Formats: sequence, structure tokens, C-alpha cells
Amino acid sequence: MDSGQLFNFVTLGYFVAMVLFIAYLATRSDTIALGARLVSVAGLAIQTLAIGMRWYESYQMPGGVGHAPMSNLYESVVFFAWSIVLIYLLIDIKYRQPSVGAFVIPFAFLAMTWAQLTLNTSIEPLVPALQSNWLTYHVISCFLGYAAFAVACGVSIMYLIKIGKEEKGEGPIGGILGIFPSVRVLDEINYNAIMIGFPLLTIGIVTGAAWANYAWGTYWSWDPKETWSLIVWFVYAAFLHARFTRGWVGRRAAWLSIIGFAATIFCYLGVNLVLSGLHSYGG
Amino acid sequence: MNAKKTSAPDRIWDFFCSLKLTIFNLLSLSITSIIGTVIQQGGSAEEYIKEYGTANYQLFKKLQFFDMYHSWWFVGLLGLFSVNLICCSIKNFPRVWKFVVAPMLIAGDGTFKNSANKAEFSTKESAKTLTSRLAEELQKIFTKPILTEADGKQNLFAQKGIYSRFGAYMTHLSILIIMLGAVIGTVWGYKAYVNIAEGTEVSQVWPRNGNQPIDLGFSVRCDKFEVEFYQGTQRPKEYRSLLTVTENGKIVIDKQKIVVNRPLSYKGITFYQSSYGPAGTGSFEIEVTDNKSGEKLTVNPAQGKKVALPKGFAFSVDDFVPSYQSFGPAAKLHVDAPDGTHRTPFVILQNHPQFDARRGGDFSFALKGYKQPQYTGLQVAKDPGVWVVWFGCFLMIFGSMSAFFFSHRRIWIRISEEKGKTLVQMAASAHRNQPAFADKFEEFKKQIANTIDNKA
Ligand code: HEM
Repeated sequence: MDSGQLFNFVTLGYFVAMVLFIAYLATRSDTIALGARLVSVAGLAIQTLAIGMRWYESYQMPGGVGHAPMSNLYESVVFFAWSIVLIYLLIDIKYRQPSVGAFVIPFAFLAMTWAQLTLNTSIEPLVPALQSNWLTYHVISCFLGYAAFAVACGVSIMYLIKIGKEEKGEGPIGGILGIFPSVRVLDEINYNAIMIGFPLLTIGIVTGAAWANYAWGTYWSWDPKETWSLIVWFVYAAFLHARFTRGWVGRRAAWLSIIGFAATIFCYLGVNLVLSGLHSYGG
Repeated sequence: MNAKKTSAPDRIWDFFCSLKLTIFNLLSLSITSIIGTVIQQGGSAEEYIKEYGTANYQLFKKLQFFDMYHSWWFVGLLGLFSVNLICCSIKNFPRVWKFVVAPMLIAGDGTFKNSANKAEFSTKESAKTLTSRLAEELQKIFTKPILTEADGKQNLFAQKGIYSRFGAYMTHLSILIIMLGAVIGTVWGYKAYVNIAEGTEVSQVWPRNGNQPIDLGFSVRCDKFEVEFYQGTQRPKEYRSLLTVTENGKIVIDKQKIVVNRPLSYKGITFYQSSYGPAGTGSFEIEVTDNKSGEKLTVNPAQGKKVALPKGFAFSVDDFVPSYQSFGPAAKLHVDAPDGTHRTPFVILQNHPQFDARRGGDFSFALKGYKQPQYTGLQVAKDPGVWVVWFGCFLMIFGSMSAFFFSHRRIWIRISEEKGKTLVQMAASAHRNQPAFADKFEEFKKQIANTIDNKA
């Protein structure tokens, strides 16, 4: 058994978890919700093991190739999926809302599927510029932050669906929307997830700057990747401040959260696929 | 609207303090920043004209889109952003400072009536003994309270996490500190580069923008440059230079190894491994055998240099390739006869030293080695502001965490005697994360109720 096979199991696990969470929306069965949670926890545990194994495998390769598995696009996408499930489960411990899983776990499943099916999975030696501990800290904190934003985006979508129906005022809301958390709770999860993600993103940008400073002697050079991470930071800072005025809760906050996550994804993938930059994930 | 009453300066002041301006700033910085990620920065005029046409080029140039992060309007936005931060801090700081210097030791009737977290109990115990027991309990479950007596009523006040009120200010201050650090770096620092050939030294570097070299005040020698590859591949594993720094003829740093991500610093100037390349022509080590006498001699010619051989012959190396077909390093030579005729060139292989003996002729040659000197390319940075920036970053992380994850929590308890009964009123507040605090308050309430019931 190598890490590659384990990652396939993980992908399958997240698929099952996703189906179960959606089945929960349809059936409202607590047993199914419990099953969905257990499968997610198992998927996370296996993925943790697989990431550890890949790390170990890199040190088994000849010629001093060993490094933390966070250095290329494949590894970062896998770590992103791991972070999403981790942050979701942490938020679930607090809020106990399995319907949220149906809107968050699909992000993790899509990421794993994309990584396993289309990305280059081989362990590659690091070119000199990427040999830095700062880079490892940078990737870990950025992706934990991105994952929190993914959760925020998921609940914002739920919020918009639910508030749209509520405002049409068609009596008490039944069916699937009935087991969504209340709009107040959705709004609160959105805010709390961003509050978790924002300091992580801040740490991510700072450690990235530290890395650039050690590698090239400039902590900030306005390259497209750096600039986009700052844009994301500004958007979420605007979200938080808009909230302090108390004017921007609810619908507008949900939209800002979705825009923020779109900017996050663009920063992560769009910059390399659409714009050109110096960053390493360009492949 | 009470806006009518405010004077013009007040309105301007309020505008610069306002959160509306903050949000406008944050969103406009986000949106305008996109321009510089779409249009290449710092390119040449020809490239831009080819890409966008002359008319657009003129327009973009006027709008400073080609170096937009240093354009007047972008720097202006950043300036507005700082002014906003400073004004809002000046405006709000006194209010927050008051929580420290003048804590609300006594809560009024309004607080006990309108607080989101409140409770009321009554008992027969005397106010005096109950107060001391409640103070003890509060110290156990929360923190040590302050007792104030007023109007014959006992007031207990306890608070925790007051520093989190300053989290936002720390964060805001940190942004200003980071900007200050960036300005210090721009004004008193520079970014430059220098190429140093192996075995040579430099005492000047070339700034990235500008053409006057900068004197370092000391000199840097490159003793050696090497590239290490991953086993059996062409993928570089490490670029390393050995650098020696001398100042006033004395060696201050001796043969220190630098690699990418591990630079060398001396007197605030830092040298980063950045590139490399061949420096000048290489030199060969060639063993020549006189086929008649069997005598051997070793020579170290540079490429193209004519080398004299016995009996009036001479030879020179015309070319070198690191890999000739699949035979490894190879050199092409020719021999000049004593009468000056140029004989047919031939190839010798480093990995097959016996090969040339089969050619026949007066001499046979064996390639023992080839040394191509390299230069190491270094980025050179002097940035006296960088520690200011790191300090700001640290403060920002610390400040934003304390702003988000901690809150200022306060509890008031008032004990009064009325009509032979003792009335206990309790109120509490948290300035952030109220739902979690409400749960906590339910616990406090139970513990206080227990304390009241279980008199000694
Ligand atoms: C990016 C630049 C920023 C600007 C221009 C800015 C500006 C402002 C302004 C004008 C206020 C209003 C103050 C008031 O009326 O009480 C404010 C409040 C606040 N800001 Fe920022 N801010 C920035 C970044 C941040 C960041 C990164 C954080 C993250 C922790 C933050 C946290 C806060 C908090 C917690 C408040 C509320 C203060 C309170 O409740 O007393 N700010 N900010």
C-alpha cells in the first residue's frame, strides 16, 4: 500500500460522505447524519496518514529528495481538501449542523478528484528556491485559511437560498430548507469562519513574505500572486469592517463572502492558469 | 438629521474617521490592484505598443498603469488609507483608554435592568456576610472583584480580557508600522545585483534602477561556485557560492557558503544567491605524449591559445563540448607542423584517454580535465526597514488574534438591603462573541445562586 492508493480511498470516502450529507437533506435521518460524520472523520484520518506516508516516501527516494508534501500543485490541492474537511469538522463540533456538510464536503471531494485524476502525482525533488521551511509554514497557514473561507462560502450559499425563500413568505419553510440552520445561525457561521480564516491568511501572507525575503531579498514585489493574496485580504478585511458597522450582515455579508472565496480561488489557481507569474505552482 | 448642526471641519474630520471610507478604501485598493496583475509591470515601450497599440499605450502611460503600484493615484489611495486609520484611532482611542483608567466599578439601575445577561436573587442573609462570600465565589469562578460601597449598597465588579479592546488598535497600528518600514526601506535602502567571477572580488554593486555603481565599503570575493544536481538528473539541487568578505585588507568573513534561501549579511547588506554563468574562457589540462620518444608532458592551455611542443610543433584547442555524442566531455584540437601547416583537426575524449593513441602521428593527446570558471550572480539588498516590517507583521498577527478571539468580559453584582431582605442583582457583558458568553453566564448564574443558598 502506498500513499497514492490511500489517496484514492480518501477520494472515495469524501464521495460517500457527500452522498450521505445530501441524503440527510432528503431524509432528515439522524443515523445518516451520524454516518456522514463518521465517514468524513475516517476520510480525514486516512488522508492524514496518507500525507504522512507521502512525506515519508519522499525521504525514501535516493539523492536527498525528501521534503514536506506541500510543494507542488498536486500536493497543495490535496492539502486544501484536507484543510476543508478539518475546518468543517471543527465547526461542526460547535454548531452541530449536518446540513452544512452537504455544501462544504463537495469542495473537498472536487479537489481530491481533480488532484487524483488530472494532476501529476509524482514526488519531485525541490528546486533550490523552494527549499525553505518558510514555504511549508506559508502553505499550511494559507490553505487552512482558504478552507475556512470555503466553509464560509458554503454557508453563504445556504443563507442566500434560504433567505430567498423566506422573503417570498410562503408560510413556514418545510422540506430541505427546513433542516437548514436558521438564517441567524448561517450568518453567524459565516462570520466565525471568516474570523478564523482571516488571521490564518494574514499569517500565510507574512510567512510568504518572509520566504521571499530569504530567497530574493524582497519581501514584497507586487507579483500577481502576491497582489492577489492582498486583494483577498482586503476583501475579507472589508467584510469584517462592514460587519462592525452592523449594517452589513445577512445578505450583503453572504455575497461578500462568496466574492471573497471567488477571489481566493482566483488567487490560488487563476493567477497561474490565467495570468503569468513567478510562483511555483504554475507547473 | 442632526447633520445640519455639525460644522464643516467636523464633517471633514468625521469623513476621515469613518468606516465608510475604510470600506471604500479597501474595496478600491482591491479593484485597482487587479490592473497591475493583468498589465505587465515595468516592461518596455515596444512591447506595450505591440500589445495595446499606440493610442492605448499613451493613455496607459499617462495613467501610470505600467508601474501602477508606485503611481501617484495608488500611493494616494494608500495615503488616504493611512490617514483614515490614524484619524479613526485618534477618535476612538480615548474611549477605549477610559475602560482602563476609569472602569465602571458601579453599575446603575439601567445596567441591571437592560443587560442581555442579568439575574436577580433575594435572601435573608445580611448584606455584609453575603458580599464577602460572593466576592470569594467570584474570584473562584471568574476573577478577583473590586468592592465599592455606595449609597449603602455593596458593588462588586470583576473584569477579564481588557487587552482585547486594544486588538483592533494594535492591528491598525501594525499596518502603519509596516508601511513605515516599507518607506524606510525605499528611502535608505537599495536593491542591486552583482556578478562575481570565481577567484575575483568586487567592492561595488549595480542598483536595479540607475546606472551609478554603489560602493559597498568592503569587498566580496567569490572563491568558488558550484551547482549540485539531483542524482542522475539535470534538476539542480543546490546552487552554492563560497564568499569571502574583506574590509580594510582584513578578512572579516572567510569562505562562507551561501545557497538560495540562505544569504550572507554583512553590515546590513545582504547577498542572495540568484544566478550564475560562464566567466571567460575555460582552461584545459592536456597530457601530450611524444609517440617517438614516449616522453609525456602536461599543459594547461586556454581555448584558442597556441601551445609549443618539442621539435617546432605546436597545437591549440579549437572547441570544447561537455557531452560529445554519448562519449562525455570532448575537445577538438589541431596540430601545427614546424613549417606552419595547419593539420586536420581531431577530437579527444576525456572518458577515453587511450583513444587518441590510435590516431597515429607525431604526438597523441589525452584530455585530463576542463575547467570553466563561473561567475556567481548575486542579488544585493540593503533594507534597514525590514525589521520594522517584521515587527509590524508580528503585531498584526497578535493584534488581530486578540481582537477576534478574546473579548472584554465584565460582571457586576450589587447587594442591597431592602425591607429586611437582601437583594442581589447581577449583570454581565462581553464586547464580542456574545453567544458564547451568554452560555458562560448561565453557569455563573447557577454558581452564584448556589452560593447564596448555601450559607455557611
Ligand atoms: C486594512 C486596513 C484597515 C483599515 C483602514 C481599518 C480601519 C478601521 C476603521 C476606520 C475602524 C473604525 C473604528 C471605529 O469606528 O471604532 C476600524 C475598526 C476595526 N478594525 Fe480596522 N482597519 C483595517 C484593518 C483591520 C484589520 C486587519 C483588522 C483585523 C483584526 C481590523 C480590526 C478592526 C476591528 C476589530 C475594529 C472594530 C473596533 C472596535 O470595535 O472598537 N482592522 N478599522
